[in-house]
Amino acid sequence: MALPARLLIPALLVISLASLLLSSATGSVSMSLPEWFAALQDPASSHGEVIWRLRIPRAIAAWMVGALLALAGCLMQVLLRNPLADPYILGVSGGAAFATLLGITLGVTAAFLPALALVGALLSILIVFGLARGEGPWSGTRLLLTGVVTASGWAALISLVLALSPDNSLRGMLFWLLGDLSFATPGVASALALVVVYLVVSLLARSLNILAMGESTARLLGEETDRLLWLVYLLASVLTATAVSMAGTVGFVGLIVPHLCRMLSGPDHRTLIPVATLFGGCFLVISDTLARTLMAPRQLPVGVVTAIIGVPLFLLLLNRARLRS
Amino acid sequence: MTSQATTLACSGLDVSIADIQVVLGLDLACRPGEYWGLLGPNGAGKTTLLRALAGLHPANAGAVTIAGGSLAAMPRRQVAQKLGMLQQHTVYLFDANVLQIALTGRHPHLGRWDRERAEDIALAESALASVDLSGFSQRVVTQLSGGESRRLALAALLVQQPDILLLDEPTNHLDLRHQTRIMELTAAVVGEGRTALAALHDINLAARYCSHVLMLEGDGAWRAGPTNEMLSAERLSSLYGCPVERIETPTGPRFYPRSEGVSSAP
Repeated sequence: MALPARLLIPALLVISLASLLLSSATGSVSMSLPEWFAALQDPASSHGEVIWRLRIPRAIAAWMVGALLALAGCLMQVLLRNPLADPYILGVSGGAAFATLLGITLGVTAAFLPALALVGALLSILIVFGLARGEGPWSGTRLLLTGVVTASGWAALISLVLALSPDNSLRGMLFWLLGDLSFATPGVASALALVVVYLVVSLLARSLNILAMGESTARLLGEETDRLLWLVYLLASVLTATAVSMAGTVGFVGLIVPHLCRMLSGPDHRTLIPVATLFGGCFLVISDTLARTLMAPRQLPVGVVTAIIGVPLFLLLLNRARLRS
Repeated sequence: MTSQATTLACSGLDVSIADIQVVLGLDLACRPGEYWGLLGPNGAGKTTLLRALAGLHPANAGAVTIAGGSLAAMPRRQVAQKLGMLQQHTVYLFDANVLQIALTGRHPHLGRWDRERAEDIALAESALASVDLSGFSQRVVTQLSGGESRRLALAALLVQQPDILLLDEPTNHLDLRHQTRIMELTAAVVGEGRTALAALHDINLAARYCSHVLMLEGDGAWRAGPTNEMLSAERLSSLYGCPVERIETPTGPRFYPRSEGVSSAP
């Protein structure tokens, strides 16, 4: 029951815009509809400041993180030929988390934490890439094992930092580990990473369809598979590293959004890539709006909300798909 | 197109896998219009040899050439425009439909920005019809039976339109009607001036459809030649380690195993 792309993509663009507006209208400072409308047009007013300096940047950051993770998830599932793969499985997020938490413990200013996360993620990519690549041809098993073991190594270091940290910084660290957009801003470098990788992936879309049929099939159909697989790994890692540097490790988006979108649009990556990217963006903006409002004035980490929405929704759809077939 | 253009050849080819020497010093030329049968006992390395000829398994020595060019030096996209292979298994990861999979055969012919055109879709539909899968276009591949998936994989290969077809047990999982149909279909494709090399378990399919036979003995030794010279009761008995008898039929000789008189284990 795949829906055509010419319906899905415009619909998701409209939903993206609507979710950004919704997000700008809700929050701990309550406004009536006319107040909100007036404030949108007057950025200098006090409500205008809240909207234009806090809510909209945060909503755009949320959209970007969701898009980055959904796109990374699509790539990772083809790369590892496993529909259960998620962007964090190969340890990119672990390196970022360790570097960030270490920074928090050492009292690094919040503004430098995203850069630190990026350094940690890149370090992890280099370790996994260097160890898994070796001399021989591409080996998916070797990449998976190297990545998973590296990820558990980071997890051990993260536990160590948590154990040694003073109590008053634990809450911030926990939020970061769950995924939190409180301090996220839509940086130019992140936007550039998203746009450039998205364009490259669009060019590779038909190759990804072929790659999903296995490495031998892909080679027989004309792909230089070794080169393609490493490229896909690097692209997925850059996306993940960018997302993690913005918002910590927001869970479930990269796993669930590609699945939901495959149910909506079918498995052809030429449609799936734009659909999943837009869907991931909307999904995280809405999740973050809920995270800010559900227990207002307290804010929840967005990762908790993505899990609470994502898991039952996914199980429901999976069950319905099975009943139909 | 000269005959050189579509010849699959190898010289001095050594291939092994694990402890098995598949071939030593294989010299072979499969020319347009020739249908080669690849015979040998289980574990002799028929699949590995096909994979080596497709550039999926490294050779220890020697070279494979297609259309006179070195396979190892050729970009894979160019290889895929000339050579295609029906593999023993294809496992589908996502729920693509039958038409989408058949269209993957166009991949090496389309540029990065191209989408499949109406004639590509018509080609895929006619390939599906030729393997008896008309009306299956929108079916989900993960729900096909073994025989249906096999025929779909062959349809994708036909859509790829290679000059050289490597077929790994093309009749596996197929009922009698479809076995005949697939062999006649591939023979017709070869008749259009292409070449095929098919690993077969059924000697009689080789006897009936193949113009040439390549035998692998399992220790690196091989024999190649025209079918009528290659297939004899003595040679097949020694190849399979099992007494084989020859029976004449109106369409040529056929070969059947004689009972070995094995009793059941106590």
